[in-house]
Amino acid sequence: MAYNAIDYYNIEELLSDEEKLIMYSVREFVENEVLPIIGEHYLKGTFPSELIPKMSGLGLLGITIPPEYGGAGASYTGYGLAMMELERGDSAIRSFASVQNSLVMYPIYTYGTEGQKNKWLPKLASGEAIGCFGLTEPDYGSNPSGMLTNAKKIDGGYLLNGAKMWITNGTIADIAVVWAKFDGVITGFLVEKGTKGFTAPEMKGKLSLRASVTSELIFQDCEIPEENLIDIKGLKGPLSCLTQARYGISWGAVGAAMAVYDSSVQYAKSRIQFNKPIASFQLIQEKLVWMLNEITKAQLVAYRLGRLKDEGKDRFQQTSLAKRNNVDIALTACRIAREIHGANGILYEYHIMRHAANLESVKTYEGTDDIHTLILGEDITGIPAFE
Amino acid sequence: MNILVCISRVPDTATRILVGPDGKTIDTQGIKYVISPYDEYGIEEGLRLKEKNGGTVTAVTVGSEGSTDILRTALAMCVDKAVLIKADTHKDSYFVAKNLAEYAKEINPDIIFMGRQSVDYDSLQMPSMVSEFLGIPSVSVVSKLTIADGKATAERDVEGGKEIVEASLPCIISCQKGLNEPRYPKLPDIMKAKSKPIETREAIQTDEKVTVLGMSIPLKQRAGRILGDGDGDIDELVRLLHEEAKII
Ligand SMILES: Cc1cc2nc3c(=O)[nH]c(=O)nc-3n(C[C@H](O)[C@H](O)[C@H](O)COP(=O)(O)OP(=O)(O)OC[C@H]3O[C@@H](n4cnc5c(N)ncnc54)[C@H](O)[C@@H]3O)c2cc1C
Ligand SMILES: Cc1cc2nc3c(=O)[nH]c(=O)nc-3n(C[C@H](O)[C@H](O)[C@H](O)COP(=O)(O)OP(=O)(O)OC[C@H]3O[C@@H](n4cnc5c(N)ncnc54)[C@H](O)[C@@H]3O)c2cc1C
Repeated sequence: MAYNAIDYYNIEELLSDEEKLIMYSVREFVENEVLPIIGEHYLKGTFPSELIPKMSGLGLLGITIPPEYGGAGASYTGYGLAMMELERGDSAIRSFASVQNSLVMYPIYTYGTEGQKNKWLPKLASGEAIGCFGLTEPDYGSNPSGMLTNAKKIDGGYLLNGAKMWITNGTIADIAVVWAKFDGVITGFLVEKGTKGFTAPEMKGKLSLRASVTSELIFQDCEIPEENLIDIKGLKGPLSCLTQARYGISWGAVGAAMAVYDSSVQYAKSRIQFNKPIASFQLIQEKLVWMLNEITKAQLVAYRLGRLKDEGKDRFQQTSLAKRNNVDIALTACRIAREIHGANGILYEYHIMRHAANLESVKTYEGTDDIHTLILGEDITGIPAFE
Repeated sequence: MNILVCISRVPDTATRILVGPDGKTIDTQGIKYVISPYDEYGIEEGLRLKEKNGGTVTAVTVGSEGSTDILRTALAMCVDKAVLIKADTHKDSYFVAKNLAEYAKEINPDIIFMGRQSVDYDSLQMPSMVSEFLGIPSVSVVSKLTIADGKATAERDVEGGKEIVEASLPCIISCQKGLNEPRYPKLPDIMKAKSKPIETREAIQTDEKVTVLGMSIPLKQRAGRILGDGDGDIDELVRLLHEEAKII
């Protein structure tokens, strides 16, 4: 059955012609290129690298970056819609795009020197270079300001020591945006693949985001040339990148929820028990209504946040609310969809368990649900409750 | 090569169609429109010919002001020029064909692509009418095309097989599934299409040759019928499929 992308409040009417085209184009791409292969990759625990040239060809790497650096120059709403469609496919594909767009190209574009931009942005847009973002450490997750990775000044550059963990794309990356303490202040460095003292072994054993590469980054007296310093000081550097990525995640989660909702509606109408489609039972209808209700609200939150970003009026706390709410409802929608599909719900053909397992990671990375609760709590009361 | 692609704006195939209050037209409320799927093959074939031989691809549609959306899509797929021939009220195929033919005379294309049918009203008249107006050959339902030495060699789907035909250029090709795999608009091209101009012109009016008297939605699907499992039931099933359902 064809995918029916639920849009109960006709948000499509609020989109520009370009935004609609982006949505349809990426939707078709996911339908034809991602969905047929993703289940196998998920089972095998492999990243579908064959999609990289296709994604760059479609312009999915560097969506909001201006054309002079190889980007598409689209709006934030357009970027969000693309993430929604990608995550309808799989959170791993959306994660790949989030990292490249928001955690690698964004800081290079926003804080980089002209030399860094010219060297990296066109290659990152064309998929010739893959990027990763190293903030989290084995002992510092929700509290990155405690990080141990550090840099010392040496002649002509910096000496980097330390280790990062849980880094998406790490092993396949040509360039790592790495956050380390320099003179006690968090500072960004561009670490190129092949730099002496830098290794990026893949982490194995994940039961979530299985089609995504997750790695450690290890730096042992790793020499970074002077020109690879990113010109931003303090935690606001990495946090500003995370705000971009979290925004995309808030749309992405909606895409996953829409996928499992659509599957649930179709399944409920066709599955016969007690001589009737299960859709005719009130308990099933209530489940469908819950999903429709929450998806509609999540779509409106994402859409409005997109417009605020397009107008430059968004606050990072608003992104926290969107990420927190949308990932949470998507995860619950997966659990409900799993129930509606009965035993079939655990099969990979139905995509439900894959989305559910993926979203467990999505709930944790880019600021856990709890951390966003604390951000919002502080915004309401003016009292930080992190420590 | 100077390539013209005629594109028709049709309701998305997933849309549920209702008849409007006048009983003669469809209710357009909330309908999402797309390029008629067969016309996408035409755009793709035009673009490939241009990429091989150079030239320009022009997309033209006859339709209401709102039809600029499908022209934007065509521009995002990288056609060079988009033209809207403006017509608002209910028009017949003759009117559309006349306007397409007049426009073609003006730009004098080497080849014209159309879909095998417009999936909205399915009149299947356009390629023949336009070729008659222009006095050029028309090859319909083409699933493979080669252009060389001023000639088009086309493979056509015919009942149970293929037919290979040759026609001199300029000619009209109506496209069938299988001709190619249409490209997705790329994000950078979608953004560039935003600032490309769409040429708008007034339609030439013609007398209505065919008048729509009424429109209706088929009655509710017939309920299924359950037969027994005897040999006679199998004969009955075969008879029903043959005589009633007419599918074997
Ligand atoms: C698949 C995957 C990919 C990832 N990709 C990247 C990447 O590309 N780059 C990167 O830098 N990182 C990445 N991460 C890491 C991710 O950002 C961290 O896992 C996340 O920030 C949480 O850190 P932690 O796992 O150390 O949990 P912890 O910080 O140890 O938290 C454990 C639990 O304690 C709770 N908690 C912590 N502090 C508080 C508090 N003050 N009050 C209440 N509760 C609290 C948390 O909410 C959580 O429930 C990835 C993680 C995963 C799973
Ligand atoms: C403003 C307007 C209002 C209309 N309203 C009605 C209506 O209310 N009721 C009704 O029955 N019909 C209506 N029509 C449809 C019209 O009568 C023709 O049926 C329609 O244009 C397609 O012709 P066809 O079905 O013969 O095309 P086909 O022969 O089935 O289409 C073949 C190909 O011709 C080309 N083509 C078809 N239409 C167009 C077009 N408009 N512009 C550019 N290329 C085209 C495409 O390449 C298409 O794939 C309307 C048309 C217009 C322009």
